[in-house]
Amino acid sequence: MSSGPQAQVTLAPPAPVFARRTLADRESVLGPLMLAPALVYVILLVGVPFVLAILLSFSSATAGSLDFNWVGLRNFTRLLSDPQFHRSLGNTLRFMLVSQVLVMVLAVTAAHVLDAAFVGKRLVRSLLLLPWAAPVALASMAWVWIFDSTFSVVNWTLKVLGLLPGWLYWFGEPGLATVAIITVHVWRMFPFATVIVLAGMSAIPQDIREAAVVDGAGFFRRLFHVNLPMLLPVVTVAVLFGVVFTATDFSVVWLLTRGGPYNSTHVLATLAFQRGILGANLGEGAAVALFLLPVLLVAAVVMLRLARRAEVGT
Amino acid sequence: MSTLTRPPITEEPTALGYVETRGLCKHFGDVRAVDGVDLCVMEGEFVVLLGPSGCGKTTLMRMIAGLERPTAGEIYIAGERVDDDVPPRARGIAMVFQSYALYPHKTAFQNIAFPLEAAQVERSTLRRKVEWAAALFGLERLLDRHPRQLSGGERQRVALARAVVRDPRVFLLDEPLSNLDAKLRAVARFELKQLQRQLGTTTIYVTHDQVEAMGLGDRIAVMDKGKIRQIGTPRDVYDNPADTFVATFLGSPPMNLVEYDERTLVGFRPEHFLPREAFGGEADLVTYRLRVREVEYLGSDRLAYGYLEEERRSDQPVIAAVPITVTLPIAEGEAYEFAVRRRDLRFFDARTGLRKPAPS
Repeated sequence: MSSGPQAQVTLAPPAPVFARRTLADRESVLGPLMLAPALVYVILLVGVPFVLAILLSFSSATAGSLDFNWVGLRNFTRLLSDPQFHRSLGNTLRFMLVSQVLVMVLAVTAAHVLDAAFVGKRLVRSLLLLPWAAPVALASMAWVWIFDSTFSVVNWTLKVLGLLPGWLYWFGEPGLATVAIITVHVWRMFPFATVIVLAGMSAIPQDIREAAVVDGAGFFRRLFHVNLPMLLPVVTVAVLFGVVFTATDFSVVWLLTRGGPYNSTHVLATLAFQRGILGANLGEGAAVALFLLPVLLVAAVVMLRLARRAEVGT
Repeated sequence: MSTLTRPPITEEPTALGYVETRGLCKHFGDVRAVDGVDLCVMEGEFVVLLGPSGCGKTTLMRMIAGLERPTAGEIYIAGERVDDDVPPRARGIAMVFQSYALYPHKTAFQNIAFPLEAAQVERSTLRRKVEWAAALFGLERLLDRHPRQLSGGERQRVALARAVVRDPRVFLLDEPLSNLDAKLRAVARFELKQLQRQLGTTTIYVTHDQVEAMGLGDRIAVMDKGKIRQIGTPRDVYDNPADTFVATFLGSPPMNLVEYDERTLVGFRPEHFLPREAFGGEADLVTYRLRVREVEYLGSDRLAYGYLEEERRSDQPVIAAVPITVTLPIAEGEAYEFAVRRRDLRFFDARTGLRKPAPS
């Protein structure tokens, strides 16, 4: 220790001990920078068309000219008295409701099966996700063949089993076409819903499930009184996704039936495409497409509220 | 209730057990969680399964409950063999889990009513029974609350009410008090014992807490490594441990074990090991010189840690628990004459650890 008069007073400049902040440390810069590509993408490909669609729905714009005539709510009022629109709106709701009910029943069933221990469970789990991962156009083409009026494998199977006296023209009758469309929707949506429900099941404490077993509850009592109520928040999210997907889906209907036979299976998305793009009436097409937006928004808010209320603390 | 009076508990059960396991095993891969357990619980008896974590006590209980399938062995409840294909609901058991496992979306009333609903009890009977169970635990005013609105102690009582409500043949309790704070635990222990006396229901209780075990059990089964090392009354397992594991697992601080001769260990409880003067003129004492290293003052006792000067090994300190009524000075670093009554000595085989008679 140096002390008193012997102490050196000349001080060398201290070597830097701490590294300086680099760009990587500055979240305020780095964050926006890394978000930018995604933001640009969303703004250009979602935001702009969305605003454009809203503007178009209040206009009489057509594909043939650059005129933009403000017509107020006329597109919407005209739609309200259009039977074709009524039919499409009804179809959209029907496809959505029926497919969601089926999807949830199947998903809860499948989740319970996959939750049980059995050999090859992992394989089945990964196979299950295939419909969801398969490109929808490709899958729909396969379904077109399955329901083909000449080669339908469904008809063939029923025929061989002796269950079908006549012949089913799947895309030739509105009822059968509806069945076909709902089938494909269910087939597409249910794996995803199953995965969500499975995740929810694994969040139910083992103790609670065992308590229900010891308390003497049979399978259905456990399902309806313990598992499902505790799954409710998760199931709500799954349903919400399903509702939005099916209500806005264009590809399944378009690839299977193009809205036929005689425009009986149109949904709002395909009708919008037909009126706005094929029929060149951009204003009316936009109005059709936007019609469900407020309905879906309200549905989303209500369901998320329900989910939050059902959320259970232990 | 089926049994309102408790049958007398004999020290040595001779009749056929109400809950009985024979050669019960549960292996998880190479791990022998439960390894050949013969347990015999009499009707109305309160038996505690006590052991360190991983000793197999919970697995044993889960097999009795039917939540785990035995690898081998037999289980009988009320004379009926249940190990094979009798599901939990048909075994007449009620279980309380450590986490209480209340249904979070149901009110306290609905939680308690659940086993009755499952048994399709008629509505008016159900209400009466739930109210009876709730009154038993002082829950009358909490019945419309959800579990998240209840305190830990209240949840525990709801879980107990749910267990008693359907009049089970056997209660299985898996560390039901361990999530309570210490003060509440003592009260809950007392209440639980009172309740079991009142209902007279055969009870199997799992815990790692020896105070709970001693306080609650008519008999205690001390388990280690999947086996029951000893089963007996609290006094029996404490005073006459069957081996060195039981001797050192029970008691706080544990029994002192020192070398007696080549083949023998001698054990004595810290509370029996007192300064020579404390015994007055008593005869038949065994005296050791204890060099004191450390003294802890615990209020009711002083704990003196040290080494016997006669002992060759000194890896394990010897502990004396001197009650505060013995006012003799004990200072760290000093050596004193300590003594223990000859009848308080217990002898164990040095190799196997098993109890053996006093060497002549």
